[in-house]
Amino acid sequence: MKSFNQARNRAHPLWLAYILHRVSGLALAVFLPLHFWVLAMAMTNPDKLNGFLSLTDSVLVKIAEFVLVFLLAVHMFGGLRLMAMEWLPWSSSQKTLAAASAAVSFLIAVLFFLQAL
Amino acid sequence: MIGIRLYMAQRITALLMAPLVLGHLALMIYAVQDGLSAEEILSRTQGSVVWFLFYGTFVVAVSIHAAIGIRTVLHEWLGLKGLWLITATLVIGLLLFLLGARAVWAVTFS
Amino acid sequence: MPTDVIQVEIQRGTEKDSHVESFEVPAYENQTVLDLVSWVQQNTDPTLSYRFACRVGMCGSCGMMVNGVPRWTCRTHISKVLVNNTVLISPLRNLPIIKDLVVDMDPFFDKWVAAEGVHHGELTRHDPIASIDETSQARKEANAGIECINCSVCYSACDTVKGNDDYLGPAALQRAWTLLNDAKDEGREVILDAVSGRGGCHNCHSMGSCTSYCPNELDPMSAIAGLKRETTKRFFKRSH
Repeated sequence: MKSFNQARNRAHPLWLAYILHRVSGLALAVFLPLHFWVLAMAMTNPDKLNGFLSLTDSVLVKIAEFVLVFLLAVHMFGGLRLMAMEWLPWSSSQKTLAAASAAVSFLIAVLFFLQAL
Repeated sequence: MIGIRLYMAQRITALLMAPLVLGHLALMIYAVQDGLSAEEILSRTQGSVVWFLFYGTFVVAVSIHAAIGIRTVLHEWLGLKGLWLITATLVIGLLLFLLGARAVWAVTFS
Repeated sequence: MPTDVIQVEIQRGTEKDSHVESFEVPAYENQTVLDLVSWVQQNTDPTLSYRFACRVGMCGSCGMMVNGVPRWTCRTHISKVLVNNTVLISPLRNLPIIKDLVVDMDPFFDKWVAAEGVHHGELTRHDPIASIDETSQARKEANAGIECINCSVCYSACDTVKGNDDYLGPAALQRAWTLLNDAKDEGREVILDAVSGRGGCHNCHSMGSCTSYCPNELDPMSAIAGLKRETTKRFFKRSH
């Protein structure tokens, strides 16, 4: 607990952007094999695929989808922010950019969620 | 841990994927409007060279990108190094590529 | 006479065998974290080991973790860091502990050299002194980083250093960047090679803790971004 509190004391906006990028990347990497496996059922077992796809009507799966889309958007915008920062000689606007990228990705995710409902 | 070659590979695949991700997101928003079904997906992708290239490129890029990313996390958070780290990177990249390639083939030309 | 006391918790011992000891230190109007540590050493426990020299933020030897945040203790007023009248002081992170608050700075300085943070001269004493254009962009980049006092606060703040033994760290890479931009330094290729290796600038994740916690308000993260930019340019030039 003590070391957790100390680590928390060190946290700041850019650090949170870093941890969000890492966690979203890891989560996407874990999801991908599953995603691929289900899609390949189009070839191996179309009925089972339809079974899976009908699951997407449930609210729980909708929320999971929303989270995945959010992770994808956040990882992409976070990554673009990173590359802009590394390759374009910007400096002071980094935090604004980090916030903006998070906002845009959230917007896209919300849009998706609304469409899906 | 990461030299300039792995760094460039990860950044180039990232840049390559940026428009693909946007396309993928847009397609998702469009496709889920009337609900998803195997027939609906296949009617769009079956026999399409464009979708094969789109998702084929995506799969190749993401396999490289994710393998390098996970490699970094395995080293920094779990202390994996040397031969173990190289093996893990290759296995993860290869696994993602094979599963992804199989999925792309399934919805386009199978 | 001071009317109040401050609870000071100090991490004692070595790398393998450490524990936290509590001390009560009289509170004064103007008191730095270093003052507290010195009071304990002079009045309660003379065996407490710690480092300091100048006490005015010039020498970079009094860096410690204060409530988990790396700081220069001689310029950190206690009122800014007290939580419930208590403060936890421990040795700098990411460096081997020698005893109590004293860490072994060797890895930090070894990496400074490994990043080619040394002068690369070509001229002799018979050549005229290279002229410096203070208004040039390169000079501005160099000037931005030269006030580093080697305190290792950025090195202790960095989580990439924590997880990656090879990583050269913010201070060493920032020095490489200042030398790369220095008209008097001739080591461009050697520096770019040194920062492109397995411990080089490409390991940085731009989490920015170095820049957040640098006591001199320098910006190592942007310096490292500069190195990434230059090495990327060179990568594409070489590949065709």
